[in-house]
Amino acid sequence: MTIRFNVNGKAVDVKAEADTPLLWVIRDEVGLTGTKFGCGMALCGACTVHLDGVPVRSCQTPLSAAAGKNVATIEAMASTEIGKRVQAAWVALDVPQCGYCQSGQIMSAVALLTAKPKPTDADIDSAMSGNICRCGTYPRIRAAIQTAAGTKGA
Amino acid sequence: MTTLQNSSRRAFVKTGAAVGGGLFSGGLIVGCATMADKGPTALPPSATAPGAMPNAWVKVGTDNAVTIICARAEMGQGVFTSMPMLVAEELEVDITKVRIEMAPAGEPYTNTMLGGQLTGGSTSVREAYDGLRVAGAQARIVLVQAAAERWKVDPSTCSVANAVITGPGGQKLTYGDVAEAASKLTPPKAPKLKDAKDFKIVGKWVTRRDTPAKVDGSAEFGIDVKLPGMLYAALAQCPVIGGKPVSFDGATAKGMPGVTNVVQVGDGVAVVADTYWHARKALETVKIVWNEGAGKSLNSAGINAALKTASEKPGAEFRKLGNFDAGYGAAAKKIEATYELPFLSHAPLEPMNFTADVRKDSCLLYGPTQFQQAAVGTAQAITGLKPEQITMRTTFLGGGFGRRIDFDFIAQAIEISKAVGAPVKLLWSREDDMKHDFYRPTSRHTLTAGLGANGMPTAVKVHLTSPSVTQRLFAAFVKDGVDPFMLEAAVMPYDIPNQLGQVVIHDTGLRVGYWRSVSHALNVFANESFIDELAIAAGKDPVAYRQALLTKEPRYLKVLATAAEKSGWGKPAPAGRSRGVAVMEGYGTYLAMVSEVSVSGKEIKVHRVTIAADVGSMVNANVVAQQIEGSTIFGLSAALFGEITLKDGVVEQGNFNDYPVVRMHESPAIDVHMIASTEKPGGIGEPLTALISPSVGNAVFAATGQRLRKLPFRLA
Repeated sequence: MTIRFNVNGKAVDVKAEADTPLLWVIRDEVGLTGTKFGCGMALCGACTVHLDGVPVRSCQTPLSAAAGKNVATIEAMASTEIGKRVQAAWVALDVPQCGYCQSGQIMSAVALLTAKPKPTDADIDSAMSGNICRCGTYPRIRAAIQTAAGTKGA
Repeated sequence: MTTLQNSSRRAFVKTGAAVGGGLFSGGLIVGCATMADKGPTALPPSATAPGAMPNAWVKVGTDNAVTIICARAEMGQGVFTSMPMLVAEELEVDITKVRIEMAPAGEPYTNTMLGGQLTGGSTSVREAYDGLRVAGAQARIVLVQAAAERWKVDPSTCSVANAVITGPGGQKLTYGDVAEAASKLTPPKAPKLKDAKDFKIVGKWVTRRDTPAKVDGSAEFGIDVKLPGMLYAALAQCPVIGGKPVSFDGATAKGMPGVTNVVQVGDGVAVVADTYWHARKALETVKIVWNEGAGKSLNSAGINAALKTASEKPGAEFRKLGNFDAGYGAAAKKIEATYELPFLSHAPLEPMNFTADVRKDSCLLYGPTQFQQAAVGTAQAITGLKPEQITMRTTFLGGGFGRRIDFDFIAQAIEISKAVGAPVKLLWSREDDMKHDFYRPTSRHTLTAGLGANGMPTAVKVHLTSPSVTQRLFAAFVKDGVDPFMLEAAVMPYDIPNQLGQVVIHDTGLRVGYWRSVSHALNVFANESFIDELAIAAGKDPVAYRQALLTKEPRYLKVLATAAEKSGWGKPAPAGRSRGVAVMEGYGTYLAMVSEVSVSGKEIKVHRVTIAADVGSMVNANVVAQQIEGSTIFGLSAALFGEITLKDGVVEQGNFNDYPVVRMHESPAIDVHMIASTEKPGGIGEPLTALISPSVGNAVFAATGQRLRKLPFRLA
C-alpha cells in the first residue's frame, strides 16, 4: 500500500507494508541514511527522529504511525535554529568519535532544547539516557548541550 | 567455514609475506593512476581535477586540491585526522584545507608493527610517526625540485608554505602547477625531518576532520553503502556458535514481498531481497536444520569449572626474577587472592555488515573493516580471483574495538553475492552481533605474595589462565605455551626482588577475539587490585605504597603524583564518597587514575575520574583527550555491567537490555591531566579501558570494606 507523509518538509509517497519500521523506510526507500540502526528494540537511540516534533525511536515506529505526519531527520537539523546551534556546539567541542550514534544524540538533544531551553544536569541525564554511545562521548555531549543552551559554566 | 577460513588465512599469510618489505621502503608510487581513480571516500567526494600522486600518501590535483591518504580504519580513534597531520607537517599544507581519503588495499599501507594492513594494537600513530613525516617530506622535496627545474634554479634557494613554492626571485608556483612533473622525480630515501620544536601542526589541539560529516548525517558507514542494483541480505546463523546448516525450507520466504533468493552459505542461510526489512521479515519464516556441533555442550558453569581446573596447572613461565619460593618462604606475612573476569562482547553500535559485488572477473569489497588485507585474502579464497581484480573500499567504522579485525561477516557477504550474482549488502541484527561475536576471553588470576616485616612485598607470583586469541588468528606468535598478547602488563612494574609469572593457555570451547586493550584489561585488573590488597594488609596508604615500589620508574612516579594531587588524594573526599587508585603502562603510555565513587545499597556510582597521562610525543592533543575520556567509559561498562554467559552452547545475551552499557546518567566527570613529554609516542586508543576496573574496585573497598575480585562488580 502507499502511505503519504512528510520527510523534512517534503511529501513522500511510500509503497511499503504498513508495519515496516519507519527506520527502514527512511533509510532504504527515502534514501536518507543519516538515521542509524543500532538495536531494533528502542534500546539505543541511534534511530531517533522527530515525529511531529516529538523524538521517537524509528526502529519501533511502524510506517502507519507516520501517515500524514511530519518526520524530521538529522539531514534537516541544519535548517532549524536550535538544530543549527546544537550542530555548531557539536563541532566546536568535537563530540563525535566513531560518530555512528551522533545523529540520534543530536536528535534527542534538539528535542530536549526545544522543550527546555535551559536544561539542568538532571534534565540532560533524563533526556539523553536513551541514547547509547559506545565510544563514551558523554562528557562532551553534556558540554555541547550546555554550550548550545548557553548554560556552559553557569 | 573452517576450511574457508583456513584457506583465507593462508592467502593472508602469502600476501603478508609479499608485503613484508615494510611500509615506507618502497613508499614512492609514481603515476599510480589506478589508485587515484579508485580512491575510496569516507567523506563525500569533492570534484577533483586530474592530477598526480607524488607518492602513495599524497595526491595533488591540477586545481591544487591536495589529498592525503589515510591507511588506517577510522573507528573513532581519530586516525583520519592525526595521521594526515603527520604528512601535512612536512608537506607544508594546511591540515584544515586538505582532502582526506581512505586508502585502498595495497602494499605501501602495511602496518609494519603488525605485519598486515591492519588497524589495532594502538599502533597507528606509533608506527606512522616517522614514516608519514618522511612521506610528507619526500612529496614536498619532489614538488620543490620540479619547480626549481622549471625555473632552472637550485632547489635550496626555494621556500614553501601552504602548498605554494616561492623561488629566489619571488616567482611562485603552486603544488598543482608542478604535480605532474614531480611525480616523475625520485625523492631522497631519508630526507631530513623537522625538529619537534619547529612543529606547526603535530602536537597541537586539532579539530577532527571527520566531525562535520558525523554531525550532519552525511558520513558514510558500512550500513550506508549503496551500489546500483544492490540487494539486501539477512543471515540466520546457528544459535550455537560453530554450528552449520544441514538443510532448509525457504518456500514461504520465497513467496514473500521483495524476496529474490534464499541461499545456504557456509555459516547459515541468507534471504536476499529488495530491501533489508523484506529480507529480515522473510528470514523469520525459513526453517533450518542445524548441525549444532560440539558447542552444544557449553555452559557457563562448566566453562568456569574447567577454567579453575586448568588454573591448577603450573603453566609456562613468563617471568622469573630472584627466587620466589625462597622469598615467599621467608615472608613475615603471606597473602593470596584470585580474580575472575568474564567473557565480553564488543557490541559496537553499528552491527556487523558488509557489501560485496562479486563478478566473473572482479570483486568489489565495500565496508567497515580493521583488516583490509584479510578482506582481500578472503575474497581471493572464495572467488579464486587475483588480488589485482579485487578492490577494497573502507568506510567509516561505527565502532571497532577489535571486532572488525575478524572477517567472518566479510566472507559471508562475498559468498552471498557470489551465490546470487548481484551486489549484496549483508546486515546483521543486534542479536546476530551479540550472539556471534568473537568474545573477549574470560580469565582467572591467582596472585600470591609475601610481605617483609616492614609490610613491603619481598616475593610475588602471578598465575594467569585464559584462552588465547592469538592461537586462533596468528598462531605463529604463540611459542612454548606463551601468547605474548596474553601477557600485556602481566609483569608488575613494582620493585619486588623475587618474582614468578606463569601462564596457562586454556581453550574453553567458545571462540575468542581481540577486545579493546586486549589482555591489559585482564592483567591490570588483577595486578592493580592485588597491590592495593597488599597496601591495605601492610596498613599503608595505597598511593604511598606504590610510590615506594616505583622509585626506579620516573614516568610512573610522575603520573601517580599528578593524579594523586589533582584528585585531592590524602584530603577528605566529598561526603559519602571514597577514592581508589590504579596505575599502568600500556602501548608505551603511562597512566594513573583516581576514581571517586559512592555506594548506595548494591549500587556503585562513579562520580569523578582523575587521570594523569604521559603518552610521550603527542600528535593531536584533542584526539588524545577524546580517547582518554572514551576508553575510560568503555572500560566502565565492563567494570559495572559486562558479562557474556552460555546456556547449552547459546549466548544468553542478545541486546542492550541484557548486556547493558554505560549511559549518560552513569557517566562520570573525567579530569584529564597531560604530562608534557618528548619520549617516543605511546598508544592511547586502548589502555585506559583496563585501568578503570581496579581503580573503581579499590574505591569500593575503601567505601565498604568489600574486596570485589570478580568482574562485573556485584556487591554482596
